[in-house]
Amino acid sequence: MLDTSHTVEIPEGIELSLPVASPLERILAYMIDAVVQLVILIIIGNVFSLFGNFGAGIFAVLYFLLNWFYAVFFEMFNDGATPGKKAMGILVVNDDGTPVSWAASIVRNLLRFADAFPGFHLFGVTCMFLNSNFKRLGDLAAGTIVIHRKKEVQEVVIKEVKAEAPDVSLLSDEQSAILHFGERIDTLSKDRCNELTDILAPMLKADSSEKRMNKVLAIANWLRGRR
Amino acid sequence: MRQEEFEKQYELCWKRSALIIELYDKRSKQGALDNKLLDEFPALYRKLCHSLAVAKERQYSPFLVERLDRLALRGHQILYQRRWGLGKKVLNFVFHGFARKVQDNARLFWLTSFIFYGPALIMFALTIVSPELIYSLLPPSEVASFEAMYDPSSGAIGRERESDTDVRMFGHYIQNNIGIAFRTFAAGIFFTLGSLFFLIFNGVFFGAISAHITNIEYTSTFFPFVIGHGSVELTAIVIAGMAGIKLGWALVAPGNLTRMDALKLAAKDAVTLMYGATLFLILAAFIEAFWSSSSTLAISTKYTVGTFLWIFVYVYLLFPRRARHEA
Repeated sequence: MLDTSHTVEIPEGIELSLPVASPLERILAYMIDAVVQLVILIIIGNVFSLFGNFGAGIFAVLYFLLNWFYAVFFEMFNDGATPGKKAMGILVVNDDGTPVSWAASIVRNLLRFADAFPGFHLFGVTCMFLNSNFKRLGDLAAGTIVIHRKKEVQEVVIKEVKAEAPDVSLLSDEQSAILHFGERIDTLSKDRCNELTDILAPMLKADSSEKRMNKVLAIANWLRGRR
Repeated sequence: MRQEEFEKQYELCWKRSALIIELYDKRSKQGALDNKLLDEFPALYRKLCHSLAVAKERQYSPFLVERLDRLALRGHQILYQRRWGLGKKVLNFVFHGFARKVQDNARLFWLTSFIFYGPALIMFALTIVSPELIYSLLPPSEVASFEAMYDPSSGAIGRERESDTDVRMFGHYIQNNIGIAFRTFAAGIFFTLGSLFFLIFNGVFFGAISAHITNIEYTSTFFPFVIGHGSVELTAIVIAGMAGIKLGWALVAPGNLTRMDALKLAAKDAVTLMYGATLFLILAAFIEAFWSSSSTLAISTKYTVGTFLWIFVYVYLLFPRRARHEA
């Protein structure tokens, strides 16, 4: 597949694919987080300015925590996602796909300083484009990866029509493509469906687009095991 | 086997797994999970993984594979997440882990100490010999503000303060000093250069200021002030630099590992050192805000306690610990 995905082999002997988040999404998530942090800063700044020197001390501690541990806090207690990441539908996990650990989260967020160097996150962004999983320096050291949150897949039923065997024998990836087409048929426009099935015109022995599409659907039914 | 039959055979397993995962995700809202249900999960998960492998191998429809892939990933995340056990870990770290980690890297510790204190001592000596050197390092306005801080005639030591400013200064020290330590660490990833820069820069700065204060004979306020928290604070900066150098050195000389693997391993050690450095700096902020600045304590008390703290820090870090019994 052309999609950027990172494959992890798990102890059960199978491979899972993690869909890697793109730099653009991460930059947008970062910007959202920057705004959230600014809002929090303004709020605590105003509240603690009411308490004189004592308030200023507490404010400095909170400012420090907000600066360095904002992301650690959310990554640990909000399923690996800061508010910005949540909004973009992405999250941080360990390289092996498990929820990000304390040590890893702390390393990747302390190294944010190095990623931000010398300005505009130049090192971090450059680093992202130099490796296949879009990792910034912090991710490399911590062994973490930012991925898409997988959406729950809804059950899709292929429209039931009378099954027909294909006229030629199909390779397994060809079978898979036809099955996938059968599942997606409702999400595509009629014209697009016709366009796709027209590619198969030479092997379908059907004279109109309509018939070709029905034939492909029938083959999908047959492949699925309906008789 | 056709996909249709395959789905029939496993549907129950998938539905059940999905249900347990859903319950797990909502556990905080609905209280704890039923243990019996949890016991059921590993077996279900193995079956689920098996069915995913089969579905992939036989190229069943992509939607089915994707659905199983998601279930398996969630199951993997639930079953293989890291354990916390925070309380025990923290105690173990304070009593054994931190010192052990420093001792494991004893050579690096001494080397980093040298990199930090060496330039500090040289700068101290140079500034004593030629006092005007301070002005090539700092603008006159900043020198003046340092002088004002430690002016014995002003009554308040450290910074101008009243008693309720202690909390304010505590906050300031936390924000400022721990920030310096974190930056010293993080910059190390640039092949150790960043950490070296911060260590030498801070060393030179500290040496020059101390010498300047000595030159203008404000020693009766300055040294009693810094000796107490200096023990933990300066050592913490050294340890943060050490962690940063460790990180960068993994990239310079990864040994038999790939650079990426060496970096990951070094980061594990380095973050442990950083926990310790942070702990030290919080302690330092407490001492600095509530003890060092106190003007009611006798100077001799401050020197005694300060000396004791220095000895304590080094004994704490270097006294041999029992071998690690737990990773």
